Amino acid sequence: MNKLISLIAGIIFGTGLVVSEMINPEKVLGFLDLFGNWDPSLAFVMIGALAISSPLFHIIKNKKKPIFAENFNYSNNKSINNRLIVGSGLFGAGWGLVGLCPGPAISSIALLNIHSIIFVVAMFVGFYLVKFINFDNKNT
Amino acid sequence: MDIVNFTPVSATLGGIIIGLAVAVFFLFNGRLVGISGIAANALTEKNNRFDNLFFLLGLVIGPILYSLFTNNEIKITISNSFILLIIAGLVVGIGTRISGGCTSGHGISGIGRFSLRSIVATITFMIVGIVTVLIKNFV
Repeated sequence: MNKLISLIAGIIFGTGLVVSEMINPEKVLGFLDLFGNWDPSLAFVMIGALAISSPLFHIIKNKKKPIFAENFNYSNNKSINNRLIVGSGLFGAGWGLVGLCPGPAISSIALLNIHSIIFVVAMFVGFYLVKFINFDNKNT
Repeated sequence: MDIVNFTPVSATLGGIIIGLAVAVFFLFNGRLVGISGIAANALTEKNNRFDNLFFLLGLVIGPILYSLFTNNEIKITISNSFILLIIAGLVVGIGTRISGGCTSGHGISGIGRFSLRSIVATITFMIVGIVTVLIKNFV
């Protein structure tokens, strides 16, 4: 059942990326172009998502357990350190260069766009490199 | 401000759909959505590998189903050179793993549970993203 739920949640998420147009890097870059031709639309994506997910998270987490799993499993990492800032900074730079972040990049594979496929392959190489040099210590 | 391209209604609606996906994944599977984590773990971790792969498959199927049911063509524009795409992809992959999350993991799931760490991460990648676009406009 977990796999079916994962598939359904992924489909819903991917549909949201299309409806909100967050799948389009041009739209994302318009949002990041704060001092130019700013398109604030994507702020509304975040507001809409948080308006639903945040209250539901706080209600659901008080249940004894999830419906198809033994326990709730999410990060309780509170550390604000150099890794967080440097990593987020690197991510922000890559995001600003092309306008793709991981979700929209993977969803856009559906469109068979060679540009986004190249980006996704490079992104997975990046994931692997961090794992390979053993730098993804989850506790730090 | 760009009034022509401003689409607050579809943006909010899309956001609500994304929020629902996060709630469904949490209610049934007990996990919070973070795409960079799901994708990286699908690649490198045996634990939950098929759950993660099915989520990624869903991400790709979502737009296909949307096109089939609405008859709307999904248009995206990417105008970067291949070398820049490779650099940006690498940097996004490395950065999100070092910081432990991306727009979804920190920006939605993390902020949704009021994590200060995720708020700091989101402000950081937003500012750097805005500055990167600003610099690009001048080059």
